[in-house]
Amino acid sequence: MSMSTRPVAGSGRPWEFPAVHHATLANGLRVSVAPMHRLPMVTVLAMVDAGATRDAAGHEGASLLTASALTEGTARLDGASLTEQCERLGASIDAGADWDSFMAHVAVTPDRLEQAMALLGEVLITPGFRARDVERLKEERLADLLQQRVEPRGLAAEQFREFLYVEGSRYRVSAGGSPATVRGLSPEIVQAFHAAHVAPSRMTIVLTGDVTPERGVALVERALGSWRGDAASGAMPATVDDRTVAGGRRVRVVHKADAPQSELRVGHRGLPRLHPDFFDVVVMNALLGGLFSSRINLNLREKHAYTYGANSMFDWRRGAGPFVVSTAVKTEVTDAAVREILLEIDRMRSETVSADELSLATAYLDGVFPIRYETTTAVAQAIATASSYGLPDDYYTTYRQRVRGVTAESVRRAAEQHLHPEELLVLAVGDREAIRAPLDALGIGPLDVVEPTTDA
Amino acid sequence: MRIPVESYRLPNGLLVTLSEDHSAPIVAVNLWYHVGSANEREGRTGFAHLFEHMLFQGSEHVGANEHFELVQRAGGTLNGSTWLDRTNYYETVPSNHLATALWLEADRMGALLPAMTQEKLDTQRDVVKNERRWSVDNQPYGTWWERLPALCFPPEHPFHHSLIGSMEHLSEASLEDIAEFFRTWYSPDNAVLTIAGDFDPTEARALVAQYFGPIPRAAARPALPSFTVAPSFGGAQRAVFEDDVVLPRLFLAFRSPVFGSAEYYAASICGAILGSRRGSRLYRSLVREQEVAQEVSAFTYDLSKGSDLLVVDAMARPGVTLEQLEAAVGAEVDRLHRDGVTADELARALALIETDLIGALQSAGERADKLSQFATYFGDAALLNEQIDRYRAVTVEQVSAFARTRLGVDNRASLVYVPRAAGGSGAAGATGAGAPGVVEEVGA
Repeated sequence: MSMSTRPVAGSGRPWEFPAVHHATLANGLRVSVAPMHRLPMVTVLAMVDAGATRDAAGHEGASLLTASALTEGTARLDGASLTEQCERLGASIDAGADWDSFMAHVAVTPDRLEQAMALLGEVLITPGFRARDVERLKEERLADLLQQRVEPRGLAAEQFREFLYVEGSRYRVSAGGSPATVRGLSPEIVQAFHAAHVAPSRMTIVLTGDVTPERGVALVERALGSWRGDAASGAMPATVDDRTVAGGRRVRVVHKADAPQSELRVGHRGLPRLHPDFFDVVVMNALLGGLFSSRINLNLREKHAYTYGANSMFDWRRGAGPFVVSTAVKTEVTDAAVREILLEIDRMRSETVSADELSLATAYLDGVFPIRYETTTAVAQAIATASSYGLPDDYYTTYRQRVRGVTAESVRRAAEQHLHPEELLVLAVGDREAIRAPLDALGIGPLDVVEPTTDA
Repeated sequence: MRIPVESYRLPNGLLVTLSEDHSAPIVAVNLWYHVGSANEREGRTGFAHLFEHMLFQGSEHVGANEHFELVQRAGGTLNGSTWLDRTNYYETVPSNHLATALWLEADRMGALLPAMTQEKLDTQRDVVKNERRWSVDNQPYGTWWERLPALCFPPEHPFHHSLIGSMEHLSEASLEDIAEFFRTWYSPDNAVLTIAGDFDPTEARALVAQYFGPIPRAAARPALPSFTVAPSFGGAQRAVFEDDVVLPRLFLAFRSPVFGSAEYYAASICGAILGSRRGSRLYRSLVREQEVAQEVSAFTYDLSKGSDLLVVDAMARPGVTLEQLEAAVGAEVDRLHRDGVTADELARALALIETDLIGALQSAGERADKLSQFATYFGDAALLNEQIDRYRAVTVEQVSAFARTRLGVDNRASLVYVPRAAGGSGAAGATGAGAPGVVEEVGA
């Protein structure tokens, strides 16, 4: 056989998402263990459904600051001592919060698992929250926010949130808060957030990797079984304030003098994570802008060379996160790039995809599934996500089948129902002098210009 | 913990490594070509990386956008990257698609040139120029990764010039350059191939022989300029740049033993003690105790020729001046240089390095990439299995000796960024490669 004969793949070997064993301790803490005995590594992940959407109004950023402060020490150990004890185990406890979840996780070899679990338990139950540490983290967060405003991607993200969501919506402010709200946070607020949300009855602990269900549950019982107390708050409310602006298409230029590129964000309100059309929309978006070989990337990068890359995404959250196309293009082609993006969104709605194009996305999402879950941490995060959103137990075992079930017709319907050309917001971070008039000439809708402030 | 490693060489010189792991039905294919920006000729900075882009534009039997499409259709992930002294190409695919991945790689190794056109080159040239704007020119501190090697290696050294390249040089690259670079460097005797994951070794060997076996060796390759440099700078170097940033930032580099050498492991551990994670000396002192830094870390470039670089990267807290930041970093480095390290610090660094290595080996792609790294630099992929033992063999005395000989003031190069002075030269548009920098020799 010569090189001109293309290889033909045989049938693939079956693969199953690691089996998950569930248990509940007497204090209400849920434990999920997924054994993966490939390498001597275990990931432990603790999750509470208390992300940024649980921040009180005016206290935006409290969840993330509380998570960061968890690893700055316990009642018994100061930050340096806690870090030293963890790192002697070859491990770090990483804590964070996204829109919907508050998480802390650690990856460690199985011989050090018991000690790592004990430290994780201590961090969750008796965090130190010393005033000096909380104040320092606050200052670090404020400086991050300051830096984001001089970085085109960070600035575009902030400006697009404010363009899309109305005053009062939690999604208008970044998950980590704004300078104004972060400045108002305090050690007391952090304490209160922890007391309100971080409790055994609200927590799921996931263990993945080189551990048996029996050992996993026993270690969690030892470290966290005697934890008592209930959360001051109830479970996650069903709705999030995700209200977006109404009133049709608009264009905004965020001025950055002499910018050699324009950072573009084109989008509108997306869909909540539990929307019944989830799989249709995932496949549709993969074809539109999710894959390297998607329409938007091939058009903007490989056909026109306007950019290093372009993509589209639905940002899945409990409420409706944004649908957004993102790219950075050479200043001179800003208007042309926007025009092509709008054309691709229209074309996605008006033309039914061919079977061949459809299979590009379905075959990819089906085939890549086992590659996504090679590591213990990736599997732990997937299990935590399912728990956070209340996805069904068979979600990961039926995922590939669901993807394969998406049809050209359901993709067209998803595009028609969930892409809204008449509501698109176009945001460009770039040189006002160079891009304002060309963008206005596209006739998309009213255009305004914003001068970003660097005031903290 | 050891992973299976089996290596052999094809008659045309291609070094092949197989590493079986049947825990999931996926397989990684990974190629390293022993060529990077160091191999570029004068007037062609950025060419090795532009060339990497051209390898995704099809080959004799593969259409223009087909490389990405065929791998993604198979349910695979793929990419490539260019570094100072190597370029890699890789894909992870469901194991029943191994033949497709090997066929794609072999076709572009054996028959790239029939698919090259001026139009494709012009397109990728513009894509790369946009990559430069995106990652360097329109990013705060974005120029650091071309300025630091420029500061640390003399002008005639192969590591001195920019990897992403200048806009002028990118504009000048021609199809003839593509042909010449391909014939010179992209041959089986200048590459290694690693297959890691779920495959049948008999079948894999047969596929490799079938697809890669007929590709001829290259003619003799030209000698590169010498990589040899003195083990220290022989005097402190310092370059200051204004940028559109809000916080001062310091990159402090030391010349350091090359990747994989006997002394490399002590250097790597010393770097971890100094700046790896929150238990490191710098984080503990500058971030937690003194509160002068927003972030601080240390890393090595892992260069295998001439000299490696150990680099401290520190960002000032708001209100902290560059001088305060530099003094605080300098004081910690001085203390390490003078007093050495403790057994506790060594144990912490070792534990972290071990966990990181095992963590990385969970992914078939990363496993294959590390095997290719040792195969490329040392002709022996199995050295991957020796790494933990090599780290464990390092003593407190060796790390302290490294600090004593390599962290002194005669071996420090500082690249520093400061916020552009208000009302200053901002209107001159002096971001990017053209910005004036002041290089000072501040004496040893």
